[in-house]
Amino acid sequence: MTQLAEKLEYLQYPFVRYALLVGVLIALCSSLLGVTLVLKRFSFIGDGLSHVAFGAMAIAAIMKLTNDMPVVLLITVISAVLLLRTGQRAKIKGDAALAMISVGSLAIGYLLMNVFSKSANLSGDVCTTLFGSTSILTLNKTEVLACAVLSVAVIIVFILFYNKIFAVTFDENFARATGIKAGAYNLIIAVVVAVIIVLAMNLVGSLLISALVIFPALSAMRVFKSFRSVTICSAVLSVICALAGIVCSVITGTPVGSTIVAVDIAAFALFTLAGKISGGKRI
Amino acid sequence: MALLTCSNLSLGYEGKEIIGNLSFEVNEGDYLCIVGENGSGKSTLMKTILGLNSPLGGSVTTGGGLKQTEIGYLPQQTDVQRDFPASVWEIVLSGCQNRQGFRPFYGKAEKALAKMNMEKLGLTQLSGRCYREHSGGQQQRVLLARALCATQKMLLLDEPVSGLDPKVTAEMYEIIKELNEKDGITIIMISHDIEAALTYADKILHIGKSVFFGSAEEYKKTAGAFTSAKGGARE
Repeated sequence: MTQLAEKLEYLQYPFVRYALLVGVLIALCSSLLGVTLVLKRFSFIGDGLSHVAFGAMAIAAIMKLTNDMPVVLLITVISAVLLLRTGQRAKIKGDAALAMISVGSLAIGYLLMNVFSKSANLSGDVCTTLFGSTSILTLNKTEVLACAVLSVAVIIVFILFYNKIFAVTFDENFARATGIKAGAYNLIIAVVVAVIIVLAMNLVGSLLISALVIFPALSAMRVFKSFRSVTICSAVLSVICALAGIVCSVITGTPVGSTIVAVDIAAFALFTLAGKISGGKRI
Repeated sequence: MALLTCSNLSLGYEGKEIIGNLSFEVNEGDYLCIVGENGSGKSTLMKTILGLNSPLGGSVTTGGGLKQTEIGYLPQQTDVQRDFPASVWEIVLSGCQNRQGFRPFYGKAEKALAKMNMEKLGLTQLSGRCYREHSGGQQQRVLLARALCATQKMLLLDEPVSGLDPKVTAEMYEIIKELNEKDGITIIMISHDIEAALTYADKILHIGKSVFFGSAEEYKKTAGAFTSAKGGARE
């Protein structure tokens, strides 16, 4: 017990508070578009883009940029737009294009890091980028601020376009027939997803981002039956899981990213069970 | 006054023409059925009327105060929709999007419109319930209510009874007939069911190898020429 109290004293340190704040914001953002991505059958876009972000990070590292976020953000946004565009009509079909880009950037990223990096602990660096191990605990004030601003922007965009995103997700043809510029909204979705990925890299690392995007949405869909309740539930669930995961990892000394994902998986199991038991009860 | 005029339309994909030189007019209060063999371009024609595809040649124009984005569209169901978590209310309300412009949230007028159309189709009880838990017939009525929110004048129905059992099919046809006769809504319907088309529609457009456009009576007289259209399988 005293040990636990001792551990909770970590909260005094600003870096732990930063981590909690950033963790909550990122978890909130990443769950918002999860529902749309799952329903549009785009679950893997997050995964592909996170690999692109890894490659971009390697390039930024070689260029010895102290703040790599703008470069990574730019490259990821461009890739997101290209991926969603080519998904519509292309010689190489959507999933193949995605696989190509994601594996390609993973390989190139690692290659570049290997060839150019002067770091003594290369595999440690790579591991951190892929699994996010401790990076969330080493954020400085500027990075926290950037994270906060981007997260709030994502949330505002989502709320403003909520009804249009619903219309485009549920029935794109009907939406287009009634004059909604579905292409423009798909573009907005792509850009927002890219921003979320770059943000979430700090929290869970690039290999685990998809989990943050899809698990809360899938869990919420087991139990809730309307778009609004699913969206709200997945946001709340995602925040709770992120908090629980961060606290757990601080106390037990496990890596932040994988602990959060483990909590997400546990929540998914719980919700699946709850959905089975309530079986079609309408909430 | 013609609500919809298609003149010298040429339709197809990637430069390959499926239908050429197609002209017809739809007037206020018409009930038009579009029939034809599989692959004759019925769905392409429908998408062109809605502005989702652009024609290879010719033009689609709307008149009589109807804008192209104010045509109520009842599409065929997609796989995505079958397990979509959305309430009946959310879906019907989304039909009001074409009145929204850049306003992000629905106002009182939109909510009242959605309520009215749900009442008209007997959906009020189901308002808060989940769309994917309903039967095929109920789902079609939900989508029809959404289409009604998008239009005051014209409905475009893409195979509205496909996959429904005979009893529900008959109910659906009655609902559509009532909308046409009582509310004066112009109906354009794609159908495989020639018999129903001849019973309910007053105009027929047959596309395919031979093209026919005229009243249902005239079509019956020339029916021998179009027998190949009978009993076509679902697209």
